[in-house]
Amino acid sequence: MRTRWVVLIGVGAALVLAGVLSVFASSSPDGLTKVSQDHGFAHTERPHDGLLGGYGRATGAVGVVVVLALAGGVTYAVRRRR
Amino acid sequence: MHVPDGFLDAPTSAATGAVAIACVGTALVRARRELDDRTAPMAGLVAAFVFAVQMLNFPVASGTSGHLLGGALAAVLVGPWTGVLCTSVVFIVQCLLFADGGITALGTNILLMGVTTVAVGWLVFRLLQVLLPKRLGVVPVAAGIGAFLSVPVAAALFVLLYAVGGTADIPLDNLTTAMVGVHTLIGIGEGVITFLAVGAIIAVRPDLVYGARRVLARRELEIKPAVVG
Repeated sequence: MRTRWVVLIGVGAALVLAGVLSVFASSSPDGLTKVSQDHGFAHTERPHDGLLGGYGRATGAVGVVVVLALAGGVTYAVRRRR
Repeated sequence: MHVPDGFLDAPTSAATGAVAIACVGTALVRARRELDDRTAPMAGLVAAFVFAVQMLNFPVASGTSGHLLGGALAAVLVGPWTGVLCTSVVFIVQCLLFADGGITALGTNILLMGVTTVAVGWLVFRLLQVLLPKRLGVVPVAAGIGAFLSVPVAAALFVLLYAVGGTADIPLDNLTTAMVGVHTLIGIGEGVITFLAVGAIIAVRPDLVYGARRVLARRELEIKPAVVG
């Protein structure tokens, strides 16, 4: 398989995971959040606002594209050129 | 395990921020050796994939979930230094766009979930590669075991940071038991996802997997018996 296809299929999989299958994700608090609730330090959290709000199907897909562009850009810039 | 603002005090957050900047700066220099025209496209993919899979929280215990951290996966697929860059981009985007992880805690999160899981995942992977047979099939297994161990180690490091600069007075032995316990369970998911993802790439293009390079190089050096006939 050509590298181009590996990358395209991988990015397609990431978009499907973030943009479609993320609705099936568990909504229970994650490990650290649960521990902070159980052990009485959850109240010390100071929330802030994100530019896209929270995770949703659309914002998740946008996040995939932003991460792809940023990480792809940085690594493309530092690579060894042939 | 995204640490929000407020869990750790300002001096501790400043210190983890400084260490994170040093790690990312070093990674920017050292990643150059891992990346060429052929492998650079994989790095963007790996970061995007880690971001997507981090959205998929899986249940681990009563009322608790976990998600991939991804450092071991990134390290084996694109190399440890590139892995630090990929995971750092994920945590920066999550913090700024989704308010997932605090702004003052960004350095802490890069250090715990990025640098630590990359380092533990990669070192365990390399150790197993030395000890186990030099075969392609071993690569996803070694990656999965490295990934599994990386999660409780990151959790233990959080407790250490909390001992230094936690803003609430919590008994540390209870915190250690709870954090390492639940993150050992989350580590199982981390190991399985890493095993499957590395295995999938190994099946189609093993030459694109950084951690498989030594195995492939060795294979090319083997003397093949001549075909007679």
